Amino acid sequence: MTLETRTFTVTRADLVRYAAASGDHNPIHQDDDVARSVGLPGVIAHGMYTMALAARAVSEWFPGAEVVSLGCKFTNPVVVPAEGGVEVEVAGEAKEPEDGLTTVALTVTCAGQKVLGMPKAVVRA
Amino acid sequence: MPVDQSLVGRSFPPTAAYEVTEERLRDFADAVGAPYDGRQAPPTYPIVLAFEAMNSFLEAESVDLFRIVHGEQKFAYERPIVAGDVLTATLTVASLRQIAGNDIIGTTSEVTDASGALVCSTSATLVHRGADA
Repeated sequence: MTLETRTFTVTRADLVRYAAASGDHNPIHQDDDVARSVGLPGVIAHGMYTMALAARAVSEWFPGAEVVSLGCKFTNPVVVPAEGGVEVEVAGEAKEPEDGLTTVALTVTCAGQKVLGMPKAVVRA
Repeated sequence: MPVDQSLVGRSFPPTAAYEVTEERLRDFADAVGAPYDGRQAPPTYPIVLAFEAMNSFLEAESVDLFRIVHGEQKFAYERPIVAGDVLTATLTVASLRQIAGNDIIGTTSEVTDASGALVCSTSATLVHRGADA
């Protein structure tokens, strides 16, 4: 079953808020110069922020359902401009439930490029 | 400087006990745009514990956080995290290899509650970008 694609906008202010709430103050998520010094194109979103958006889509598709597992690779950075924001799209395909568990294969893209590798969630639903 | 190969298999001391409060859950939920429903924590919340464990590990090994990029993350949940939980995370270095001047560090962190029961198993691949990479 194809789930309704969710679109989220990511701004630098979102990254500042996420850093405070998560404790991840890696400067590659705040400072263009530091990000470029390690070969990145500029400030990138925390991978965990993008993963949280994927989890948010799952929670919206399966309200109140317990998540049993969640995983992904971080294959391409989500580059966040100093002004405005970037859009992250989360698409999902739910498999037939087995033993009360539903596997959701996700596709997470930014500017038409996949940013997460094999993102997958299993929910009790 | 490459990370010390003898680290593979080593477990680091558990993180300090961390109390999950409604306020902390609300802050995290707000930050990821998923309003706290007064029940369970957002699924990625255990990263707060796992990140703390990773930071202690990086400090112990004198690795700069800004050279770390997240390669992969997995969570397997025994139960949802709720307000009132007191949690610790214990990190183990599972694997270590070098590719193109970068260290690829595989870690697992087990998040346990005050009774010692497992709440969530996490695994993370950390890419340490070498100075010459």
